[in-house]
Parts: sequence; C-alpha cells; structure tokens
Amino acid sequence: MHRTTQKTDWGVVVGRAAGILVLLVGVLLAAGMCTASPRSDNPVPNIFDPRSTPAESIRDHSYFVLAITGLIFLVVVTLLVYVVVKFRDKPLTAGREPAQVYGSTQIELAWTIIPVLIVFVLFLATARVIHGIEDARKPATAVEVTAIGHQFWWEYRYPALGVVTANELHVPVSDPAHPTPTFLKLLSADTDHSFWVPQLAGKTDLIPNRVNHTWIDPHQTGVYLGQCAQYCGTQHGKMLLRVSVDSPEKFAAWVQAQKQPANHDDKASAGRRVFETTACINCHAVGGTNGTGRFGPDLTHLMSRDTIAAGAALNTHENLRLWIQDPDAIKPGSLMPAMKLSDADLDALVRYLETLR
Amino acid sequence: MSSDAMAIHQGTDVDSRPWVETLHGWVTTVDHKRLGILYILYALLFLAVAGSEAMIIRIQLMYPHNSFVSPQVFNRIFTMHGTTMVFFVGIPVLFGLANYLVPLMIGARDMAFPRLNAFSFWLTALGGFLLYFSFLGGSGLYGAGSAPDVGWWAYAPLTSRAFSPGHSSDYWTISLLVAGFGSIGTAINIIATILCMRCPGMKLSRMPLLAWLNLVVSGMVLIAITPLSAAQIMLCVDRYLGGHFFDTQAGGSATLWMHFFWIFGHPEVYILIIPAFAVLSEVIPVFSRKPMFGYPVMVGATITIGFISMSVWAHHMFSMGMSSYGNAFFVLTTMAIAVPTGIKIFNWLGTMWGGRIILKTPMLFCIGFLFNFLIAGLTGIMLGSAAFNWQLTGSYFVVAHFHYTLSGSFLFGIFAAFYYWYPKITGRMLSERLGKLHFWLFLIGFHLCFDLMHIPGFLGMARRIYTYEPGRGWDTLNLLVSIGAFIQGIATLIFVANLIISYFKGAKAGNDPWDAWTLEWSVSSPPPAYNFAVIPTVASRRPLWDLKHPEDPDSRYE
Amino acid sequence: MSAISTPLTETPATWNLPYKGKVGMASLIIAESAIFTIFVVAYLYYTGKSLTGPTPREVLETPIFFTVCLLSSSLTIHLASKLLERGKRGAFLALWFLTIVLGALFMYGTAREWHRLIYEHGLTISTNLFGTTYYSLVGLHATHVTVGLLMLTIVLLFGVAGRVGREQSARIDVLSMYWHFVDAVWVVVFTVVYVLGR
Repeated sequence: MHRTTQKTDWGVVVGRAAGILVLLVGVLLAAGMCTASPRSDNPVPNIFDPRSTPAESIRDHSYFVLAITGLIFLVVVTLLVYVVVKFRDKPLTAGREPAQVYGSTQIELAWTIIPVLIVFVLFLATARVIHGIEDARKPATAVEVTAIGHQFWWEYRYPALGVVTANELHVPVSDPAHPTPTFLKLLSADTDHSFWVPQLAGKTDLIPNRVNHTWIDPHQTGVYLGQCAQYCGTQHGKMLLRVSVDSPEKFAAWVQAQKQPANHDDKASAGRRVFETTACINCHAVGGTNGTGRFGPDLTHLMSRDTIAAGAALNTHENLRLWIQDPDAIKPGSLMPAMKLSDADLDALVRYLETLR
Repeated sequence: MSSDAMAIHQGTDVDSRPWVETLHGWVTTVDHKRLGILYILYALLFLAVAGSEAMIIRIQLMYPHNSFVSPQVFNRIFTMHGTTMVFFVGIPVLFGLANYLVPLMIGARDMAFPRLNAFSFWLTALGGFLLYFSFLGGSGLYGAGSAPDVGWWAYAPLTSRAFSPGHSSDYWTISLLVAGFGSIGTAINIIATILCMRCPGMKLSRMPLLAWLNLVVSGMVLIAITPLSAAQIMLCVDRYLGGHFFDTQAGGSATLWMHFFWIFGHPEVYILIIPAFAVLSEVIPVFSRKPMFGYPVMVGATITIGFISMSVWAHHMFSMGMSSYGNAFFVLTTMAIAVPTGIKIFNWLGTMWGGRIILKTPMLFCIGFLFNFLIAGLTGIMLGSAAFNWQLTGSYFVVAHFHYTLSGSFLFGIFAAFYYWYPKITGRMLSERLGKLHFWLFLIGFHLCFDLMHIPGFLGMARRIYTYEPGRGWDTLNLLVSIGAFIQGIATLIFVANLIISYFKGAKAGNDPWDAWTLEWSVSSPPPAYNFAVIPTVASRRPLWDLKHPEDPDSRYE
Repeated sequence: MSAISTPLTETPATWNLPYKGKVGMASLIIAESAIFTIFVVAYLYYTGKSLTGPTPREVLETPIFFTVCLLSSSLTIHLASKLLERGKRGAFLALWFLTIVLGALFMYGTAREWHRLIYEHGLTISTNLFGTTYYSLVGLHATHVTVGLLMLTIVLLFGVAGRVGREQSARIDVLSMYWHFVDAVWVVVFTVVYVLGR
C-alpha cells in the first residue's frame, strides 16, 4: 500500500478544525441568542432564558449536563486529533507493520469505570430535578387551569374562577415570597398534543383518555410564546401558544372581564342573528346566545385576544373576515369550514364579533 | 456470478447472453452475493428518493411562511422521508452488507437458507413499493388518502379511522408489516448461518467482528421488529374490524401504542448503528495496520447493548406524563447504555494508537464517524436526562441529534463500507480522488446542516411543522441548515457518480487491495459463485495475517 | 489465490455445529414469542378497563377438555418423532395422525366457543376492550395452530405416500418444535385469559 501525501494528512486536521469551527460559530450564535433580554416580551422562546421555576431548574441542570458532556467532548476529540496526527502513515514507517497489540485489561477497565461513575452522577442529578418538578405540591394559592388540546387550538377553563377561553392563556405573575403558581391539568379532545412554552416549563403532552399535569410560576410579566410540540395533524405547525403573564391587578381585571356575560350591542343585532341562525353555533359558544358548541373556541370575549386561529393571524378586522370567509387562506387544513356567507352577512357577522370584548 | 468466472467456466462470451436471461438470473437468484447486491441497490434507490424528500422539506423550511408545498404535502413528505430512510434504506443496506459478507467471512458457500434469503429480500422490496404506491392509490375523499401523513411513528389515535380517513395509514401499516416479515426472515438466516456454517477452526471467538455484530443485530431484530408487527396487526384490527386497541373513545390507550412502538423503535436504532460499528471494526484495524484493540470487550459490549437497548424505550416518552419514578428508571437505563456504546469509541482509538494510519477514503469516513458519533452520543446523554429532555424533545434539537446518529454516523459507516468492499464486490477500485471530494463535501454539508440545527431546537422550534413564525430567531439558521442539506445532496451525487464511473473505469482491484486479514480477501474480486474452491480451515481471528506473517502468526497469541 | 489452508497448531478433530433447521426454528420461535408477548401485555393491560359490555367472568367458560386435547398432542407428536428416529414408519404415521386429530379437536372447540360468545352473548371483536383483546389473542394463537395443522397434514400426506423415513427425522423434529411452541403459547394464553383475566 502506498502512503498518502502530506497534503492529505493536514487535510484531516484542517477538516477536523473546520468542523469544530462550524460548531463554535454555532455556539457563538447561540450565545448571542442566549443573553437574557431586559424586555419581558422577548419573542425568542429560548430555553436558556427561563422566567419560571420549572424552566429555571431545567436550565441549571442543563448547565451541569453540558459541562460534563463538554469535558468528555474535549478529552475525546483531543485524543482523536492526536492519534490521527501522530500515528498517520509517514514515509519512514511505510511498509512496516507496527507492534500488534491486542488489548489491555487495565486500560479497558479504567475507561469503563470512569464512564460508569459519570453516568451514575448524571442519573442522581437528573432524578433530583425530575422529582423537584414533577412531584411539586400544589399550594392553596395556585390558580387552576384545565387545558384541553384540540385539533388545532387550545381550550382553557378556570374551574374555580368560572372562566372559559381559548388560545391565549392568562396567568398571574408569581412573587417568590408569596407564590401564586398556575397548575394546569392537561386533557385532549382528539389526538396527542404537547404544551410547550420554553421559557416557562418543559413540555408535557396532552393525551386523550389521560390526565397529565404541569405547572408554571412566572416571575416576570410579559407575553411568552410557544407551540404545540407533538404532531397532531395537518395544522400542527400553526397550533401556537401565547401565555400572558399579568400583574395581580391586571389578572384580576382580566378574570372579571372574562366572567362578564357577552356584550349585547343592539347595533350589531343583524350580525348576531347571522351567528345564531347558521352553523356557527354547532361549533362555537357565545354566552347569552343559543350558541353552545364546544368543538371550536368559545367566542364570548373574542376581542380580548391578540390573535385568532391559535396564533396563526393577528386579530384584525381583515383577518377575522378572511378567516370566516376562507380559513384555508390563513390555516389550510384547519377544521374551520369556509362558511360561504354572502358579503352582507359576512360583514354583519364580523361587526357583531367585534363587539364581543 | 462474476463475469470472469462465467467466461472461464462456460467459455461463452457473456455479452452475447440476451439481457432477458441476465435479468432472469438476477430476479430468481438465491446466491447471497447477488441478493446482497440487490439489497444494496434497492437501498441506494430509496436513499435517492428519501433524500429528495429531505430536499423538499428543507426548501419549504428555508424561509418562514414559505409556500413551496402545502401543509398536507409537507406532512406526507416528512412521514415518507422518515419511514423510507429507516425501513427501506437503513435495513436493506445493513442486510445487504451482512448477506454479502457474512458467508465469505466465515468460510461458507452461502447462507443457511438461500431460498428464504431470496423470499425475505422480495418481501422487503414489495413493502417499499407498496408504501410508495400510496401516492397513487391512497387517494379518496378530497385527497384524504395518498401517502401516509402521520409521522413515521404513526401515533394513535391519529391513525384511527376517525383522524386518518382513506387508506394512507393502511399503506404505512401493511407495507411495514410485510417488510418486517422480510427482516425477520433474514435475521433467522443470519443466525443460522453464523451458528451452523462456520468453516473448521472458526470458533465463535475467532469470528470477524462484523459477523459477531451481525449475530447480535439479528437477535435484536427477532425481538424488536416483532413488537412493531404486533402493534401494526392491532392497528389493522382497529381500523378494519372495529377493534379498540388504541381507541381512546372506548377506553383504549394512546400511550399503549407509544410503548409498543418504542419497544421496537429504540432497539431499531441500535439495529441500524451496530452494523456501522461492525464496518468500523473491520476497516479501522486494516487502515491502522493493527488488530482490533480489545476484541472480547467489543463483543461483550455489543451483547450488553443488545440487552440494555430493550429496557430504555420510554426515553422517547419522557414528556407523556409518566411518574417521576418511571422517568427516573428510564434515565438510569439510558445512561447505562451510554457506557458500552461509548467505550467502543475508546477501543477504536486504542486500535489506531501506535498504528500506521492510512488516510484513504474508507478511513476518512471512519474518522468522521468517530467525531460525529461522539457528538451524537453526547447529545443523546442530554436527551437521556429526562428534565433536560422536557425542553429538547419534540424540537429540532432531537432532529439534529438523530440525524447525527443516522446521517453522521450510520451513513458515514456505510460510505466507509462502500469504499472498502466495492473492490471486492465489483473487482474495481473506487476513485480515490472522487472519494475524497465526496468525503469533504459531505462532511462540510453535514456539519453546516446539523450543527446549526441544534440551535432552533433550544430556541423553541418544534419539529414536524410545515412552517414557522418569523422573528423567533430561527430564520437565518433554517436557511443555513437548508444550504447544508443541499451540499450533502451534491456530495451524494458525486458518490453515485463514483460508483458508476468506477464500475467501468476503475483500476482493477485484485484479490486483496487493502492488504487485509479476513477470509473474503482470500478469494478473487468478485468472488466466484461458490466462494471457496476448498473450504478453509482457520487457526486465529486473522487467517490472512497468519499466512502473510508465518513468523508471527496471531494463532500464537490467542 | 482462491483457496486458503492455514498451517494449524491444532487440527479440529471434529467440527460439529448445530443443525441449521433447529437453529432456524428456534429463532422463529423467539420472534413469535415476542409477538405473542405484546398481545398478552395488551390483554393484561386492558383487563377490567372495558367501558361496557360483557365481562370475562360473565361469559367465559374454561375449555378444559380441549386444552387437554392440545397439550396431549404435544405428547403424541413427541412420541411420533421418536418412533421415526427408530424407523418405525407405521407407528409414526399413526401417532402423527392422532396429533392432527387432537389439534383439529382443539380448533373445533375454539370455533364452538366463539360461536357461543358471538351468538349467545353478543361479544364480538368490536364490542368492547375485552372483545378486542380476547379475539385477537386467542385468534392469533388459533391462526398458528391452523398453520401447524396444515404443515402436519402435508407431512401426513407425504408419509402416506411412503416418502417419510428415518432420513427425514431431523426435519420432523424441527416441525415438532413448532408444534410444542404452539402448545406452550396456549398454556400462557389459557392462564392469562381463563385464570388471571377473570
């Protein structure tokens, strides 16, 4: 066998360096993202910028795991690069077979025992964090929410507060001195979904015929973003999450507003008639009307929400109109049918919906 | 049959045989070498198909709110991409290599059951074609139907009649059921061949590591593929006979499907990677000019992996709400399996240490494997730590992780195998220049694509989404990831070009171009139909080393 | 070179490896056991979880007689196999035929039980979780018995035609391994369905 050229030898080292460089660039890019923003409504749902205890425990734990794995990486890559450079085929040794070594029990024992120890430490550290998050006791001051996953929207019920809403979750900020966490019971009406707001907690699945639980205690007000993290069908990609962490006063005000009966504005009675006499009522509920459908989101306080279609579009006049007329233009494959209303009916309906504050 | 052998033995000019006869010979063959080649060609075909599907995915995800494909098409494409890569690229290529090499390496003339061998191949082949027929035959109401769009795990109850009308899910279920039976047939064959047909003197402790590792893989196939088959039968009962196995409305359990699927799914990924380990264990010693460091431990570690892999499955289910004790148990087993897997890297490094490393293309891919698999294993540890997993699973982080194990490790191992054994199979050397170009281009494309892919993962980008919102920090990263994917595509085309060009123009290989030590290098390239004129007798793990170095044979040390 | 013969330090006086038929069948049995295990797990998991409909306690009758038939057939096939090894073709055929009869009786028993369950108690595979898991598990086993009976019958026909002799006893052994497996599975299914599951 003829030996390789000098150029190729260094090619390997350069290639290795290139690979590591790309990795480093990536890490730097990530580091750039990772700096906690002073603004609380940071649109980047970064797991390394947590604002709530479960996410913070995970972040702290992840640093430990990353440190260990980073160390292992450095050690092994250094070994690899060293071996390739030092023992590569050189002109002097060409044609001569090196010493044929079959193994070494001591070395193999050493490089087995050390990983076993590392693994054990990692297991213990992880078990502690798991327990801390999963087995946390629910304090009496907790806000209780039942989240029901649907294809492709989120239903939220606050049983103790008598509130039913959809897609935008409001929770009070939690002061560590007097914690007011939110405990969520997770159910599903159809297929599997997953509740994932990275800055608040790790994800937990919503599985039909099963009750799951998760909790958050956000320390900072603001709007936190996430999305469904378990493939649930055609519009899994636009089943977005939006959690609004409010000050205690704002939260109380929001709850009060949600508990009000639907706004009854006589000027919008034409639209209300459209709502009550078409198929809308099969899927949607508006308090005080004969619409009690639960297949789609409750619309009683539709205008209190920033977005529609589970975050797929902003809650504007144009989008609302387009959504009813042709949902596929916003979220193709969602289960909202095109209502095929006349322009007049559609305008009246939208005007009515816009009174539902 | 090698063309040389035919010309010698029959004195006929091969080119004058009607092509129909040649085709017939291939279609009806029971020769393990031909079936091996058929498996590999089949895998290459589907690699091209699934690779194109990957390109479609990456084009769609280059920009937020892109509309290159509709969500319905996207969901079918990612489902087919995953299903094809695992079942119709990964499994065929590993069985193809095993089929070709195992009898040659153990000094046998063929597999134990040649007709079962052919039957198993054609079952697998049928499965793949059936899956792809779904694009044509699965359409129904408003296109409900067409290719499956339920993800390659086909979670319940998304696959129930209620949520998957039409026949798309049935194509997934039945094609994999059929292919699964083919896999079981081949596994039975490999086990029987290795246990019953080794040449005299080849005790199990003298078998090449590739044979050992394929023995373990075949054992795993027997008990890992079958749970999937069982679950798929249950799904058919649900969808066609009104059963309720996974019918949550009737009290059935969605998580039961998850358990059954992952009881298959986790060992499956070891079934895929262990053959890559086998390739490394053959190539690294030859290209370091030293025997494998720690052969017994390599065997023991692999058997250990085989066993432990049956106990880690629920680390794919950390977010589905198991109790803290359940989660902790699976963290423990997952961490435990990292040990026998990780120390193999040390054994390969130990083999290279003190050696004389020949940096030709097979070895380049092995070195690439070592680097990539290290990272894959480390991100695997991150994912195995359940709490960290709650942020990482279901996101692009885990997509990056498993592509590191599959594209970065499995595929690198397969490329190494190609460059190493192509001379034996065809009698010609692959172009070293094109090989190195393939390697570097693929390496750069791979790292650009999959290194960066981790980042959107921990910035909250979920997986299996056909589009994403702008302004979440994912935009540029996705664009760069897509570019990396395209570069890998180009590199793969260079590889295919190399395969074709070298078949006609490559340098003649001779019996033993790499100066290697296992039995397949003692016969001509390509081998005659009967493999060995006289069944060899061996006295050590490296029979050709003993022949070439009679003053210092391995048999003295074992 | 196309042949290798290494100078040996020790010549293996005998080089005996297992019979590939037995290894192949053992591997198949391992694979099939895994399939049955999953069905058993599903059965046990869903015990007591049906939302409606008849329960096992209400409708199941323990098939003692037919179980005895099936398990005895393991004995008869074993004896038949041993007889063939000694070249006693006639006795082999008789016991082989008895095995088939006992197996067929078992199938008849299953068919009768299913008829009763469907028409008298209204239990079908789609009735409830019990129905689904019961018919799937017992049906999977019955399918394996059917395939076994088919194979046994083919051998019987060859035997009657005078083509089964001492030379075929290794293969007959392999087939009887399968039959023993089918019986062993029934022991498990019987315990799970008629003993534990109630």
